[in-house]
Amino acid sequence: MIPLKNINRRRVLRGMLAGSAVTVGLPFLDCFLDTNGTALADGQALPVCFGTWFWGLGFNPGRWEPPTAGKITAFGPELAGLTPYKDKVNVYSGTKVILDGRPMITHFTGDWAVLTGTTPREERVVIPSVDMLIADVIGTKTRFRSLEVTSTGNAVHSYSRREGAAINPAEVSPAALYTRIFGPEFKDPNAADFKPDPQVMARKSVLSAVKDQRDELAKTLGASDKARLEEYFASLRQIEQQLDLELQKPAPLAACTTPTKPEDLVLGSEIESVKGNHKLFAALLAHALACGQTRVINVTFNDATSSLRKQGSSMTHHVYSHEESIDPVLGYQPNVTSFIMNISGGLADMVGALDSIKEGDGTLLDRMLLMASTDTGYAKVHSLDDMPLITAGRAGGRIKTGIHVVAKGDPSTRLGLTVQQAVGVPINSWGTDSMQTSKTFTEVMA
Amino acid sequence: MTGTNRGGYLRRLALCGAVAAFGFVGLAGGAKADGTPAGQVAMRRLTQEQYKQIVNDIFGPTVTLGGRFEPDMRDAGLLAVGAAQVSVTAAGLEQYDLMARSIASQVVDPQHRALLIPCKPASDTAPDDACAKAFLSKVGRLLYRRPLSQHELDDQVAAANEATAKTNDFYNGLGLSLAGLLEAPQFLFRQETVEPDPNHAGEYRLDAYSKASRLSFFLWNAAPDPELLAAAEKGELNTDSGLKKQVDRLMASPRLETGVRAFFIDMLSFDGFSTLAKDTTLYPKFTSQVLRDAQEQTMRTIVDHLLVQQGDYRDLFTTRKTFMTPLLASIYKVQVAFPEGVLNPWVAYEYPEGAPQAGILTEASFVGLHSQPGRSSATVRGKALREVLLCQKVPDPPGNVNFNLVQDTNNPNYKTARQRLEAHRTAATCAGCHKIMDPVGLALENFDTIGGFRTTENGAPIDASGEIDGVKFADVIGLGKAVHDNPAATACIVNRVYEFGAGHKPNKSESEWMTKTLAADFSSSGYKFPSLLRGIATSDVFFRAMPPQTGALETHTKLASDVNGNQEVQK
Repeated sequence: MIPLKNINRRRVLRGMLAGSAVTVGLPFLDCFLDTNGTALADGQALPVCFGTWFWGLGFNPGRWEPPTAGKITAFGPELAGLTPYKDKVNVYSGTKVILDGRPMITHFTGDWAVLTGTTPREERVVIPSVDMLIADVIGTKTRFRSLEVTSTGNAVHSYSRREGAAINPAEVSPAALYTRIFGPEFKDPNAADFKPDPQVMARKSVLSAVKDQRDELAKTLGASDKARLEEYFASLRQIEQQLDLELQKPAPLAACTTPTKPEDLVLGSEIESVKGNHKLFAALLAHALACGQTRVINVTFNDATSSLRKQGSSMTHHVYSHEESIDPVLGYQPNVTSFIMNISGGLADMVGALDSIKEGDGTLLDRMLLMASTDTGYAKVHSLDDMPLITAGRAGGRIKTGIHVVAKGDPSTRLGLTVQQAVGVPINSWGTDSMQTSKTFTEVMA
Repeated sequence: MTGTNRGGYLRRLALCGAVAAFGFVGLAGGAKADGTPAGQVAMRRLTQEQYKQIVNDIFGPTVTLGGRFEPDMRDAGLLAVGAAQVSVTAAGLEQYDLMARSIASQVVDPQHRALLIPCKPASDTAPDDACAKAFLSKVGRLLYRRPLSQHELDDQVAAANEATAKTNDFYNGLGLSLAGLLEAPQFLFRQETVEPDPNHAGEYRLDAYSKASRLSFFLWNAAPDPELLAAAEKGELNTDSGLKKQVDRLMASPRLETGVRAFFIDMLSFDGFSTLAKDTTLYPKFTSQVLRDAQEQTMRTIVDHLLVQQGDYRDLFTTRKTFMTPLLASIYKVQVAFPEGVLNPWVAYEYPEGAPQAGILTEASFVGLHSQPGRSSATVRGKALREVLLCQKVPDPPGNVNFNLVQDTNNPNYKTARQRLEAHRTAATCAGCHKIMDPVGLALENFDTIGGFRTTENGAPIDASGEIDGVKFADVIGLGKAVHDNPAATACIVNRVYEFGAGHKPNKSESEWMTKTLAADFSSSGYKFPSLLRGIATSDVFFRAMPPQTGALETHTKLASDVNGNQEVQK
């Protein structure tokens, strides 16, 4: 194998042409890394990445926020697991979801209002979630426009949707995710040899035949079906794009290494399995980002109506949240809080996985922006006030970190707008009705 | 529809001729000019079971599926209705692509090609137009459930040829083109086609191939077989006698059982079993085999009662007849004689008179599916009974409810679910909804979270008395009788069966027809399920359609506001 430092444009081009007689699109020749691996050859920084991280049933009010606004010096006890990353995360307290007279659909309204900017009118979401809006801007040149996973073992526990009622199904198995990303179709960006696969070219021509029928199919459909057909063809274009990328020599990425294939723990909602599978997912997703396979990820730690449970216990996290008494001495529900500590530990695992991949003088986390959100401010009473929100990462220097923002009753959509602007979505207002806002959290915008 | 749109449609109709395909969004009302109800037409994504069945039917059981499906979506109580709402996401299409290539590569492999490909190419390493065309037109007709248009066939043959040329392998090229058919929207979505109804000027009906699909998916949960497609091609489905002949044939087939199972699997939300978890420390008897047996028990009970015995639908809630495996018998704590030397045998079983179990409500598939992982839930069960079997909507709980009154199961003052829920119901905001769920669900408290029978909880005796819609009962047997006699149960099944076939919620005029005609006929038949199926399958209403409304693609926001804001109109 040719050492990375010996790779140059000429060698890549020569290798490609020698490897196949067919015409291929030129690879990202202008995208070579600079010598220290923190930027591309033309001086541009490595691209910004985005992720959502969802957990169900919130935290206990007053027990997660840093004690003071501004610079984070400490967290509330329920976020103590993030202490090693206190300079790399932000905490946003005091935002809320506003119903505007719509029904409060428990464990549904809060999650989707935060993630879509619109308080749903019924138990259906028809507008895209923020990660999809971002993927449409930053995810169009990667093999996967986005990757969705859930640690709960249930593929419908996904908090990512495109318009219409389609949920982006979440991968439930770390082993399957590994095969999807790093299986036979993975092109190692740092591999010296590259030869376009004729089978991939053949598949492209077949997909063209499918695509060619689009206009004929669409012309007679009603608006609703036409929108669904459009979504199908948008998905088809992504498969084509994956094939295009398989035909190109990828730009080397110094931080990219191929992980070993993980073995799944039992898939399900038992807390130890959930934590274990989540950790496997976190490592795989961090590698996928470092290897340029995607720029957008969505992680579900537990579903909104949390089915988390402990082996041998008859109660789920959700049942506890409503039925467990507040311990008069502790001042909170002990079993619920035990689940909360596992959840915030999971968030720390995710942040840690991103921070563990070194890129130049920093880490992958520096060019990442991870937005963590939940469905309720206080699960015991289904509150939509004081929704806990957290971000991790600096979005390539566009976000300042180590800050506790106190929002004082503003709509939670301020964070959705902030993250979109930070990663380069050209909008200045987001959300509908009372959730509409044109105010970012300027405190954290660099 | 505006005059402009309608004019545009008619022009296109004239241009497109018989193969014109018109899907359209639902309109308010739904009554035709002559008062005949007419339903909506929409693209429906194949469900997982339908996809599997079609691949099995066309290519045989030795071709296996890999990959996983996009989750189906439930709307108005049915996945069959949700299928008209969903599209294919990028991650989903990736999986369809994987499955399509896996299926296609098996079909063209040396083991299968002699059986499945009707011709041999002149050379294994070069394109062969004639052979590719022969295969793709044949398989395409079965997959698209109609003949391929010339354009579609030409495209597929060209793709096969191109792929063959790129890889120097005829079968590989043909396989890839087949994979293209298997991931094309024409296969993945059931797109129904409307044509003018020659018997009713100015009216519309499904065309013959769309009729064939509706019938076949309705009764067999599968795509039309060659005989049904031939009947469509000859126009026979457009005559009463031709339609009746095919309905008779479909209903006489053993495949009717597949269709009936598919309907009840959908209606009873058995898709929930795929992610159902139980705490195995507390319930060591619970295994994945118990899970499968529980579903199969209810399916066997239903099929035997409704199809084999031609029984009254309502008796499903009271029948003492069921089927057992050793694992189920152990959970239900009943003595059953099983044949020796048979692995996991099924045996017909009848509970003795006076037994505390009877009807499908007491089976593990109902009480187990609608429970928490580690304990029963009267609220969840009560809600399920109302929503699944009586088609009644239980409102969502309000926000900002204080649950302080509800204590944990270790609280010595509240040993049973009844005591805990009664404490909860003292909160006025909760009482309204819980009083319609809990008295029903509490009647099922004699069954633990995996369906095991019990008479006490935490040492206190279980009181299973309750009330539903004004009818009081002493125990679960009484609950079964009350559901049996509840008019909502039969109205519900009529609705659900029609919706399962038509793929949409009935509009006002369809509902009126269902109440006045369909439900009345069902009642006169003695609530015989096959009679209900036949009543729908041979009705004019089932195949009539609203005039199509075509329109430009709308923006995210517009679409969102329409779907969210105009719900009342859609209903």
